[in-house]
Amino acid sequence: MADLGCMIAGIETINPFWLASAPPTDKQYNVERAFAAGWGGVVWKTLGENPPVVNVTSRYGVHKDTARGILGINNIELISDRPLEVNLREIEAVRKNYPDRIIIGSMMAPVEEELWKSLAIKIANSGVHGIELNLGCPHGMCERGMGSAIGQVPQMVEDTTRWVREVVDIPVFTKLTPNTTDILLPAEAALAGGADAVALINTVNSIIGVDLDQMAPNPVLDGKGTHGGYCGSAVKPIALHMIAEIARNGPTQDLDISAIGGITTWRDAAEFIALGANALQVCTAAMLYGFRIIEDLNDGLSDFMDAKGYKSIEDFRGLAIKNTVNWNDLNMNYDLKAEIDQDKCIECGRCHIACEDTSHQAITMQDNDAGGRDFAVVATECVGCNLCQHVCPVPECITMVPQKNNLPYLTWPEHPKNILKAAE
Amino acid sequence: MGEHPQYSSTGGALSGDDILANFDDLHDPLNAEQVSIQASRCLFCHDAPCVTACPTSIDIPKFIRQIATRNDTGAARTILDANIMGGTCARACPTEILCEQKCVLSTGEHEPVQIGALQRHAVDHMLAKGGAHPFARAKASGKKVAVIGAGPAGLSCAHALAVQGHSVEIFEAKEKPGGLNEYGLAAYKMAGDFASREASFILGVGGITLHHGKALGRDVTLADLGARFDAVFTGIGLTAPRRLDIAGEQLDGVIDALSFIEQIRQAGDLSAINPGENVVVIGGGNTAIDAAIQAKRLGAHSVTMVYRRGPMQMGATEWEQDLAATNGVNILHWAKPVRLIGNGVLTTVHFERTQLRDGVLEGTDKHFTLFADRVYKAVGQQLVDDGLTDITCKRGKIVVDETGQTSRSGVFAGGDCIASGEDLTVQAVEDGKIAAVGIHQFLGGKHG
Repeated sequence: MADLGCMIAGIETINPFWLASAPPTDKQYNVERAFAAGWGGVVWKTLGENPPVVNVTSRYGVHKDTARGILGINNIELISDRPLEVNLREIEAVRKNYPDRIIIGSMMAPVEEELWKSLAIKIANSGVHGIELNLGCPHGMCERGMGSAIGQVPQMVEDTTRWVREVVDIPVFTKLTPNTTDILLPAEAALAGGADAVALINTVNSIIGVDLDQMAPNPVLDGKGTHGGYCGSAVKPIALHMIAEIARNGPTQDLDISAIGGITTWRDAAEFIALGANALQVCTAAMLYGFRIIEDLNDGLSDFMDAKGYKSIEDFRGLAIKNTVNWNDLNMNYDLKAEIDQDKCIECGRCHIACEDTSHQAITMQDNDAGGRDFAVVATECVGCNLCQHVCPVPECITMVPQKNNLPYLTWPEHPKNILKAAE
Repeated sequence: MGEHPQYSSTGGALSGDDILANFDDLHDPLNAEQVSIQASRCLFCHDAPCVTACPTSIDIPKFIRQIATRNDTGAARTILDANIMGGTCARACPTEILCEQKCVLSTGEHEPVQIGALQRHAVDHMLAKGGAHPFARAKASGKKVAVIGAGPAGLSCAHALAVQGHSVEIFEAKEKPGGLNEYGLAAYKMAGDFASREASFILGVGGITLHHGKALGRDVTLADLGARFDAVFTGIGLTAPRRLDIAGEQLDGVIDALSFIEQIRQAGDLSAINPGENVVVIGGGNTAIDAAIQAKRLGAHSVTMVYRRGPMQMGATEWEQDLAATNGVNILHWAKPVRLIGNGVLTTVHFERTQLRDGVLEGTDKHFTLFADRVYKAVGQQLVDDGLTDITCKRGKIVVDETGQTSRSGVFAGGDCIASGEDLTVQAVEDGKIAAVGIHQFLGGKHG
């Protein structure tokens, strides 16, 4: 069995799965249940200076598919609403009860050096393994000049990171908001401020839906609603992209990455690791299913590594980075065509209508002698877009087959139809 | 609930409550969770095979998508646009040989989408909702059409004509509209008073007058109707039960299955019905199954269905045969009754075993007997041609052209009395629709 133990920002963890700073990590009871279930670490729910914040009722909205699947959660909960001292004493107790597990203290404060420094020292003294700067909350706290209000200004990201870095001798994680135009700017600022790692993504600013009876955004509180933070599997693609950008771009390449964003399965986890994540944080999946999802996260990741011959996470970490390129580096001569396995086809016609209505009219439909319909790819019209493969409900019924054309790797900058190239 | 038949716990008669439970819905309506899961399973096929398999061509993927988007009212409109009896069809259609058989998930997941149950959900929603009728009538055409028979074909035709602005009068022999929906389907398929609620809904569009107790040939004639109306539709069904034509058929205890079913459907107190103790049902169609299961559910001690051919030739679908078996009905194949025995009252049925030789059914001269105090005959229904003056019939059915018109100009026909397809409610509804289009054109209206 592969070794799931790994290291991030100099911290050794028994597995890469930590619970992110959120309701599941708000107190000793929950955290000890998580550790008993097998989680490698937690980032304690964000702490602020006293007096604690006050939360509202109705804190979550969800985005569902047409059945019962939850694609994403939106929350309007603030940071920990319990007194700082209570949280710190509980952290100390859990550290004692679970010495092999990691606890990171998450914190936020207004943009004042003394406030950041004094709070960071208090938290560090509770025995946490590291400090995470919450610069991402896109709701509530940002209206008080914290959370994403800081994370959206690179200079403030750098300053707050440096302030904490200067007063603690444990690793510093700067947690970034995705609610920004270019994730590299705050990531570079975190690096400049001395962060050991970046943690991303925090939640995406969102309105999850509108209650059409009350004519107010969900969740509706006494007739009103507000924007909140979107998370869950729906945001995974956004997170993958931002992590890849940090991992493959020069200045930030050396930052360790604690990846967050819709990680639900071991496969999600492996994908983030392949794009350079050193460790992972999970929240929504645990909130939807409970802590025991850690069992398959560990088991599935370990089996995947065994099957591929990876002895440790470091063996495959970042292997997909070199293959993550700009569009201009793609091979224009690569030629794919769809192929339909007629034995697997159940004749739903989804491929045909998707191609006919919205793509390239490359899949024909004809009645056959058996009273059914035959679907066939018109190779000359197929542009290899993959749409038919994606809409097909039958696994492996439609495959995209590379065509042997013996043409060389040719990028757009080198392409004869590129007028800039022609001008050379 | 009707999904699980109640049996006597003492060996004695079934209690009144047991019988009531036995005649509740055969299948409970889908609950909200089942609705969303089933609706989400639909693949929204292009040019969907399920639609092709529906005699009324309901746009099934469209209505299921409407259910999935919580637009139940729109879903019901989609269904009723194509099939005004979508509620009955959702309950009584043999979906296992129609839409659900063709569902591509029958191949993909070995389990079709529950189309019938979803259809019931949508139509029940609309009927329960009430409010304005979903169909509006075109402005009055000034034309009058007589419809003979308020069964599925007649009601379907009357509805479509009324929507086109024509004025319709229905002449129905029985006390209530609905035809076999009201009188001839198993009670647990049409639980509650659904047939009558549906008929009221259909008539609710306006422009339709219903006359009770008016039978063709007895109370009205084609000549009279032809003189008073601009066109006539006959949806008179097949109302004469076929006879066995064997000795002893006059004995007490030998009853037509449809009469038995009608008795159940119209009964105020089911426990007052004596279904017989040892029951034999002769026949292999859905009526035979409906009679056999209902006899068992009323408390008959033993029920044996006897069919002269094999399970493959049965008119009842495999699903119906299985339903009978799970209700404790014993099914014997390859035997025909040759004599009904009793001294005024039936006691015994004498059978001869049969076989197919070169495609021809023949007796084998091997005999057996069953003790029975009750025989239900379900060997088919025949056309009663009283009053069908100048109407050409062939092989016991009225001949119509592709517009539904008979050999008598201005007289149209549909439903079980014509040879259009299976004798099913859904086919009768389609026949009525086709004839309504034919009549509309006949009256000078534009197609569509």
